[in-house]
Amino acid sequence: MACREHRLVFKNIDVRGYTRDIACYQKHGGYEILKKGLAMGGGAIRDEVKKSQLRGRGGAGFPTGTKWSFIDPAKTTKPIYLICNADESEPGTFKDRQIIHKDPHQLLEGMILSCFANGVKLAYLYIRCEFTEGWKIMEKALEEARAAGFLGKNILKTGYDLEIYVHRGAGAYICGEETGLIESLEGKRAYPRIKPPYFPAVLGLYMCPTIVNNVETLCNVKHIVDMGGEAYAKIGRSNNTGTRLLCVSGDVVRPGYYEFPVGALTLGQLINDVCGGIRNGNRLKAVIPGGSSAKVLKAGEVFKIKEKGLDGKMLEKEVGLENLRLDFDTLAAAGSMAGSGGVIVMDHTRDMVECLANISAFYAHESCGQCTPCREGVLWLKKILGRIAEGHGREDDPALLKEVADRIAGRTICAFGEAAAWPVQSFISKFKAEFSVRIARNGSASRRDTISLLH
Amino acid sequence: MNPWNHDVAKDELDLVDVQVDGVWLKMPRGLNVVEVAHRSKRFIPHYCYHPKLSVVGNCRMCLFEMGAPKMNADRSPVIGHDGKPEIAWMPRPQIGCATGVTHGMGIRTDSPLVKDCRNGVMEFLLINHPLDCPICDQAGECKLQEFSVEYGTGASRFVEDKVKKPKNVDLGERIVLDDERCILCSRCVRFSSEVMKDDVLGFVNRGSHSTLTAYPGKRFDNAYSLNTVDLCPVGALTSKDFRFQMRVWFLKETKSICTSCGTGCSTTIGSREGKVHRLTPRENEAVNSAWMCDYGRLNIHYLDSKDRLHRPLLKAVGEQFPGTWADAIHRAAEGLGKVKPEEIAVLASARLTNEELFVLKRLVGELGVTRVDMVPHSGQADNFLRSGDGNPNGRGAELLGLSSGGRQFSSWGAEIISGKIRALLVLGGEDVVAAGISPSALQKLDLLLFSGILGNETSRLAHVVLPSAATAEKTGSMVNVHGRLQRMTRAIAAPGEAREDWLILRDLREACTGGNSLHSVEDVWKAIAAEVPQFAGLSWAKIGDLGVQLETRSISSEGTLLKA
Repeated sequence: MACREHRLVFKNIDVRGYTRDIACYQKHGGYEILKKGLAMGGGAIRDEVKKSQLRGRGGAGFPTGTKWSFIDPAKTTKPIYLICNADESEPGTFKDRQIIHKDPHQLLEGMILSCFANGVKLAYLYIRCEFTEGWKIMEKALEEARAAGFLGKNILKTGYDLEIYVHRGAGAYICGEETGLIESLEGKRAYPRIKPPYFPAVLGLYMCPTIVNNVETLCNVKHIVDMGGEAYAKIGRSNNTGTRLLCVSGDVVRPGYYEFPVGALTLGQLINDVCGGIRNGNRLKAVIPGGSSAKVLKAGEVFKIKEKGLDGKMLEKEVGLENLRLDFDTLAAAGSMAGSGGVIVMDHTRDMVECLANISAFYAHESCGQCTPCREGVLWLKKILGRIAEGHGREDDPALLKEVADRIAGRTICAFGEAAAWPVQSFISKFKAEFSVRIARNGSASRRDTISLLH
Repeated sequence: MNPWNHDVAKDELDLVDVQVDGVWLKMPRGLNVVEVAHRSKRFIPHYCYHPKLSVVGNCRMCLFEMGAPKMNADRSPVIGHDGKPEIAWMPRPQIGCATGVTHGMGIRTDSPLVKDCRNGVMEFLLINHPLDCPICDQAGECKLQEFSVEYGTGASRFVEDKVKKPKNVDLGERIVLDDERCILCSRCVRFSSEVMKDDVLGFVNRGSHSTLTAYPGKRFDNAYSLNTVDLCPVGALTSKDFRFQMRVWFLKETKSICTSCGTGCSTTIGSREGKVHRLTPRENEAVNSAWMCDYGRLNIHYLDSKDRLHRPLLKAVGEQFPGTWADAIHRAAEGLGKVKPEEIAVLASARLTNEELFVLKRLVGELGVTRVDMVPHSGQADNFLRSGDGNPNGRGAELLGLSSGGRQFSSWGAEIISGKIRALLVLGGEDVVAAGISPSALQKLDLLLFSGILGNETSRLAHVVLPSAATAEKTGSMVNVHGRLQRMTRAIAAPGEAREDWLILRDLREACTGGNSLHSVEDVWKAIAAEVPQFAGLSWAKIGDLGVQLETRSISSEGTLLKA
């Protein structure tokens, strides 16, 4: 069974005796890869990252090498900025926090390498406001790295200068959207920017070319430099390379964070073998595979997935939920996404009306309010769902929810519109009966009634 | 003047082929799709977009369907049956305001997807809107109303409680805000920060609870604040001066210019039944773009002032009594007949129109009067629209050769006392007492004639008082400090028996010298154009609504305000 963890980024995390100070990090080979990278040169690092096929670990899964290639350090006259997005806020996601708390220097080493590769002289670590301890840890780690000569002027006597500042977030989910983050870093409200024209690679921080990468992504850069892009690409599957940090929460026996090669295991293996199955002997009902904004997958669902066969031809296969590979392409083909790696498992006792009302309440609270469909639509969704949950649903409500969600997704400035609409669209289409029953039993139906009616 | 001018293409000659609703057109490269649609005689509705402000794309009303040329494997475009390139349409709608056109771009402004987008945005904008049109000042010129009719549905599907927000917010000296009506387009925020550099407005709170407000402890009361009332597409920002005064659909709109300073901003006078209710800026890139100052905008209340002169007044036994126009003109002509031309002084005003000044010039010429002057008025110049010249037609007076900038006038007080001047004609409402001639000196005059809009110290001492018409009440032309010749059109009748100055002057001239060949104010203009070289060949039709720029080098270089 391919259920052994492959710890790369999490290699030292929770290892007995491993501490987050620089001495311990260096004792475990820390900052040696930085020396290697500085000797390689920036262009060589960028080439290795491209070869590695690394995809962004923040949620969108955009190829990191491609993102970097939008900026040519040799041709850019403006300063280039790099921002580490440590605004980890997607419900169900808690991987970056582990890195920051337990292995901060790994992140710094990855950051310094990435900055060096892209000719960055000034970088920011944008950490969510609520990570108070993480902020202090990163400040201390930066101090140690500076003292050790890994940061500041003339790093390791190579002539390369880099400064990194920690910037604490403004306490809003939208600060994790890369252009919202840039606005916030500039001291403004985190209103995401319109793209075009404000692509970060062109008009980013202070209207200069800017790279925004997730914490986990930057850590992976260190390992790519270490083992080489081709070797890294051998971990996982084609176009879904490397390892992935998975955060499992919900109704499993052993929730927690795990690291596996991308696509090495199926959803069923993750739930049953890695996490010990559904707790209390209950049955699986649904899984949200990539953070709360990903579309929900229903137990028993069968997906038609195209895959390259051994002969190289594309084959369409029918795949059940538990046999879905946990990689970017498979989950996208199943109509959801790998997202941030936050896997939320729901058992058969979960009331889907309540679950969706909960998710929508989060997005209504976090909509920044800049553009019309999201600002007005998401609160509307929350209000309808709250009303249904309280026993005042109307027959047309499920259809109305879908129509409202359909008019948000794809029409907003940033991806928040989709993040708020996808759960509604998927819950309504996949658990329609549950909503109808709840509405039909208005007033008389308690939460438990709905569930018992369905099972 | 503006940091942005999105309606102006970078290069009007660099054209690309664009398909708009099935029709191939040539459009300047990079021009945004809202403007392209406008030039194509199509319309893409929008709230937040304004050609003179930065593009933020927040309202999502201008979503359109975008396409790019279909390509063959060899990167050549696929040509359709009609011989034109075929277009591959993107599934995701784009915002017109932030999308510049490129070669071969397809634009659909009216497809089912676009209609659904607009319908969705309309529904979203209205769910938390108070729908208080019956008591809202914006009703009748509200984009929410207009686009609801065009793109919305009749009924609402929203049965929840609406979001409550502050109402009747005293935002500044001249502006009241209703946050529940606000659609958060941020036009006011951008105007204030980008055009006025007064970054005092902003949003607080999140999501549907987002609220427009002024920075804590600050007031929104810069000198141009009322422009945000025009910019506000809904009834959120209202003018304290205008709110609850008049339904806008009753207003007659007349094109005019502001005469509160030498800039002469293009304006629209909103009037009803002989009363001016508001003045709003009329777009004119050569003068004021889309803006005007609060002072000029609100400078309409003098029209109903208690000091307004309504009837001719004649002095007898030390007191002024109402008289007829015939008596008043007769009395003036009689008085002038008793003094020699060199004993007459005429104080004109650069607040008069070119036409009025021209008749006045003929009058003084025919009388042989050489003492003719004007009093300069300085204004509060800013670096935006307000001019340091308080007179709206100083340039016109110069071109007509009527001003010596007050240099003659300064000695008139003494000359009256010494008896050199026996008749003083104050034409155009100047208060010579305020300008430095003592009442006791004025009382020595054999004839003090005053024509003006408002009574003042001078008018109260005058032997003959002739009530005249104000800007909104007359037709004519003026030349602003930058040498732009512009027209104003009468919106309302002058009150009581007050008359336009050119008529007063024509009758006075006829009574004094018998000369008259001018039967309409346009006749006067024709005479000016025939006589004054700088105006040669210009008809009112040629001046048009936006005016014409005169050859500024021919204007006297004396004025320090001349920029060109």
